[in-house]
Amino acid sequence: MSGCDGELKQVVRPYGDTTGDGRVQVSFTLPVPSVSEHDRLVAEGAALQLAGKMGLDPAFVAHVKAIGPDFTFFIVYGRVAHLVDLSLVTVASREFAMLSPAEVNLRIRSALGRKLVVVGACIGTDAHTVGIDAILNVKGHAGEKGLEYYREIRVVNLGSQVPVPALVARAAAERADAVLVSQVVTQRDAHLTNAREMAAAFRCSPEFAAGSALRRPLLVVGGPRFSPDAAAELGVDKVFGRGTTPGEVASYLAHALASEPGPPASAPEPARAEPAGTSA
Amino acid sequence: MTGKLNLDPAKVRQARDLAQRAGEPVTKLARTHTTASIERAVLRLAGLDGADADGMPWVNLLAEAVRDSVGLEHGVALPVWDALACGGYPDLKTLAGQAAAGQVKFRLPEGAEGRNAREHAARWVRKGLAVVDRQRAAREAMIAATRDPVPPWIYLIVATGDIYEDIPQAQAAAREGADVIAVIRSTGQSLLDYVPEGATREGYAGTYATRENFALMRAALDETSRELGRYVRLTNYASGLCMPEIATLAGLERLDMMLNDCMYGIIFRDINPVRTFIDQRFSRMVHARAGIVINTGEDNYLTTADAVDAAHTVVVSQLLNEYFALEAGLATWQLGLGHAFEINPAVPDSFLLELAHAQLVRELFPGAPLKYMPPTKHMTGNVFGGYLLDAFFNLAGFMTGQSILLVGMMTEGIHTPFLADRDLALENVRYVRDAAGRLGLSFTPDEFVVSRAHQVLDEAVGLLRRIGDEGLLNAIGDGTFGVTKRPADAGRGLDGVIERADGYWNPAIEMLEGTSPRASAVAGPNTEGDRS
Repeated sequence: MSGCDGELKQVVRPYGDTTGDGRVQVSFTLPVPSVSEHDRLVAEGAALQLAGKMGLDPAFVAHVKAIGPDFTFFIVYGRVAHLVDLSLVTVASREFAMLSPAEVNLRIRSALGRKLVVVGACIGTDAHTVGIDAILNVKGHAGEKGLEYYREIRVVNLGSQVPVPALVARAAAERADAVLVSQVVTQRDAHLTNAREMAAAFRCSPEFAAGSALRRPLLVVGGPRFSPDAAAELGVDKVFGRGTTPGEVASYLAHALASEPGPPASAPEPARAEPAGTSA
Repeated sequence: MTGKLNLDPAKVRQARDLAQRAGEPVTKLARTHTTASIERAVLRLAGLDGADADGMPWVNLLAEAVRDSVGLEHGVALPVWDALACGGYPDLKTLAGQAAAGQVKFRLPEGAEGRNAREHAARWVRKGLAVVDRQRAAREAMIAATRDPVPPWIYLIVATGDIYEDIPQAQAAAREGADVIAVIRSTGQSLLDYVPEGATREGYAGTYATRENFALMRAALDETSRELGRYVRLTNYASGLCMPEIATLAGLERLDMMLNDCMYGIIFRDINPVRTFIDQRFSRMVHARAGIVINTGEDNYLTTADAVDAAHTVVVSQLLNEYFALEAGLATWQLGLGHAFEINPAVPDSFLLELAHAQLVRELFPGAPLKYMPPTKHMTGNVFGGYLLDAFFNLAGFMTGQSILLVGMMTEGIHTPFLADRDLALENVRYVRDAAGRLGLSFTPDEFVVSRAHQVLDEAVGLLRRIGDEGLLNAIGDGTFGVTKRPADAGRGLDGVIERADGYWNPAIEMLEGTSPRASAVAGPNTEGDRS
């Protein structure tokens, strides 16, 4: 089974220093001692056994080090026989591209010519601002700065327990481009009820009625228990689920509100496949 | 460690004078206001612990009841101890329970009753401060019985969310060489307007700061200190809406260092600026009394702004932190002023620029136990490159005589550190220390480094002058720090700011302000050699 004859490298193996040599390196820790010589031999054997089960054959333990009395750290090199078939690789798609803060700022500046206004809140009785703060505070989340960090985004964070009518009024007063609502509490599906109520309020509000001076802001909800494909059912434009980072939200806002040509649209986004996890 | 940069003493003095000019109006604000959390801290010092069935602390319920009835502008002490005497309640907890149920009528006692309330309140609060004093003495005794580690102190973080998981990890880290253990708090605790109670086993990306968690960890580290013959310090965070209370709990439970920055909560957590400055002054008074070394958070500015462009904002913030700290009674050895190694490694001469910044800070604050933070912003996921960058960070730390070295992890930004990450990181520190620990002695900065340091100081002086002209609160409102505007009338916790009325009385502040900075055998991790 040799890898790549004539198939234009559809099937590949790891490359150490020769095509097809399959050489890889891994490091791991096992909860075994290696203080005495005997312990150390047992530990090394344990590492080799794990490497073998991981498919490294032959495997070679390059480094063994005791970490305290009960643990041992290993660096192992080995050869894997596995083949990677590139035709079977699938790429998770996201309808918008991940952008860096500088790219988001640039997009907003060139498409809107002013700051993009985001009003954020926890609505209903939900007092858990952890989620909305992780997205909005400069401090941010998961190594990414929050929306306040973006020079071209103006953030109005209303905090917790904001009544829906107050949110609508404030969004109108601030001429919000987007409204971000976070819901953590899910008792009796409160997060779904509140999201629907919020969406209905914005859609029925005279301030944002067709023909009025204000355009209805983009409605975005987020929280750990939301299913990301529930936007239509809830009547909002976008739903973010568990593990969402500020960079994703910013990229989405730039995509939905500051796409290069034409006015901002809260209409359904065109499906555009982008590789997931590109750098933010 | 002096004089490599040939700084002009007149300019350094000018920088300090400008920082004082910028800070003084804010100090005045702190002297004329109180906050809900300061009043709760008084109750905590007086021994009120515990919470109701919903987990709401009694100090919150009692202070809230007082506020609803007579307001907090006279302080919580007079109405509370008056009610305690009049109602015949056996203790504060009983009073708090009754007050929460709406069963207590508070008033502002006058005459003999007022004197009586004062006397009792002072007695209870004095008892709390005596515990703080005993803890400080216990620290000194522990250090005498073990050994104070040689600086720089190696600072490691644990954060599992579960105090009972944190403890063995902290003990293991200490055995591996950590001199300081920091328990990172649960995400968002800074925005809670109460301090959770009890031992906690669930947190988000960190462990809740509670009195019980403090006590459990300190006891475990005492055990490890004795085992190792080296005193292992414990750190937590006196920041957020409950800064004064957490500082108080830290003093009561003998934490050794506390993160306590004058502007962090304002910029990064959108906490009201006025609230922050008032709370900060009280918390620093408590830290001064408790012999706690504060750590300031200037490293954070460099995670949002460019580390070269914003280098002077670090110096400005350090000078402000220094002014506020000394004003609140902290001694220089308690000022763990922060800075960081965050210059983009792609910038030419980046290491030389880092040396210039680190050496500048060292020479500006010769007596302060500087806290040096490792790279985070340019840790890319290439763990091998990250390991190299951390080694250069360690080298800069040793060369410029930094006092507290936060150990960088090669897996920064990927996951919370694996056991092996921590071990490799400590190996990195040990190698640099053993190979080049004394390199600073033979290091003479060249013209490039010297002029860069001078440039940063000049820019800092310029910015301080602008802040002084404009007013510190206005400067913060304009977005001078970080990238966000934080107006003085916005942000969280503003409703907990109360202007003091005539006759405001706070026994804790009275006693703490009367505390003259105490000479102490326990110094910070100074590089100044002469520590007897």
